[in-house]
Amino acid sequence: MEWTTLFDIALGAILINNFILVQFLGICPFMGVSRKMDTAVGMGFAVIFVMGLASALCYPVNLLLRALDLGYMQTVAFILVIAALVQFVEMFLRKSMPTLYEALGVYLPLITTNCAVLGVVLLNVQNNYNFIESVVYGITGGAGFLLAIVLFSSIRERLEFADPPRAFRGFPIALVTAGLMALCFMGFSGLRIPW
Amino acid sequence: MNIGKQLKEGLLTQNPVLVQLLGMCSTLAITTTVSNGLGMGLSVTIILTLSNIFISLLRKIIPEQVRIACYIVVIAGFVTMVDLLLQAFFPDIAESLGVFIPLIVVNCIILARAESFASKSKPLAAAVDGLCQGLGYTLVLLVMSAIRELLGSGSLAGTRVFPVEYAANMLAMPVGGFLTLGCLIALMQWAQRKVKGGK
Repeated sequence: MEWTTLFDIALGAILINNFILVQFLGICPFMGVSRKMDTAVGMGFAVIFVMGLASALCYPVNLLLRALDLGYMQTVAFILVIAALVQFVEMFLRKSMPTLYEALGVYLPLITTNCAVLGVVLLNVQNNYNFIESVVYGITGGAGFLLAIVLFSSIRERLEFADPPRAFRGFPIALVTAGLMALCFMGFSGLRIPW
Repeated sequence: MNIGKQLKEGLLTQNPVLVQLLGMCSTLAITTTVSNGLGMGLSVTIILTLSNIFISLLRKIIPEQVRIACYIVVIAGFVTMVDLLLQAFFPDIAESLGVFIPLIVVNCIILARAESFASKSKPLAAAVDGLCQGLGYTLVLLVMSAIRELLGSGSLAGTRVFPVEYAANMLAMPVGGFLTLGCLIALMQWAQRKVKGGK
């Protein structure tokens, strides 16, 4: 296992191919829960957690599907694993870490329909990542999500006091802001590790 | 049941993307060329119609507590079918849409229609609703991809309109998706206010 490969994957997932701003995965929660900084942070950490676990769990599931020659059942199997996983995480947190559960609140069940989670699992299969690479990609992909949503929510909190044209008020101006952030992240696209 | 009214709601007044603000991910990601937009729009329309019919047929059997999981399984089944059909008959489109075809499973439009409409109505009405909402989604994808392809790479549906050197490459990139959709939604809000003011 090369550490440089893992670092490459991590750098790619957080900056160069940021899940939200470059690959457009997970836009709904990005737009939906970014009005306040603290909820954005909570959502970000929940997503890191679930994306890492989902990557780890779906790896053996995918091996099993391949062994049984059922590759076409991928989508159905993965979404079921993710839905069950989110349910279990919710139950586990409620029992053992009630404070964290309270903090995440309604965002936990919403993660099932976050396309970043299903997306990362499908990309793991598509890129032929092994187990460790999959987990690293899942966790750092989630970290990229956290980075983007925290930056975005801090901009949005200030945007509340701005005075855009009436038609742009609310959602459109948020989209334009996200567009400018995507423009900034394009600057990372030339980034390459020297070794 | 009023087909004309449902069609008008799907295409304009209750447009899934521009008014209900659902299904953003695919809208932003794949609208770089008109053929992508059309392929994605029609796939979603077919899946939405079929899943609406199916969920409406099963609405009395599905238990309340696990309904979301049941909807997702039904939707995932249809998505897999469409995915395999696209790979078999339109490999080019399947290739360029890539991971966004299986991701239709988590497209909020389909789940939202299942929850808010199909689970409460008769199969025929649910089918019409799925078709109208799907067409509304397709319309937005076509408009967006036409703008982005024409201005971003100087062609329209694959035919060159002006040389690529004059194109604003930025619009074909992720930035262009956010900016175009932002402007379209702003246009919609402006139009809605005009209509309300006129009455």
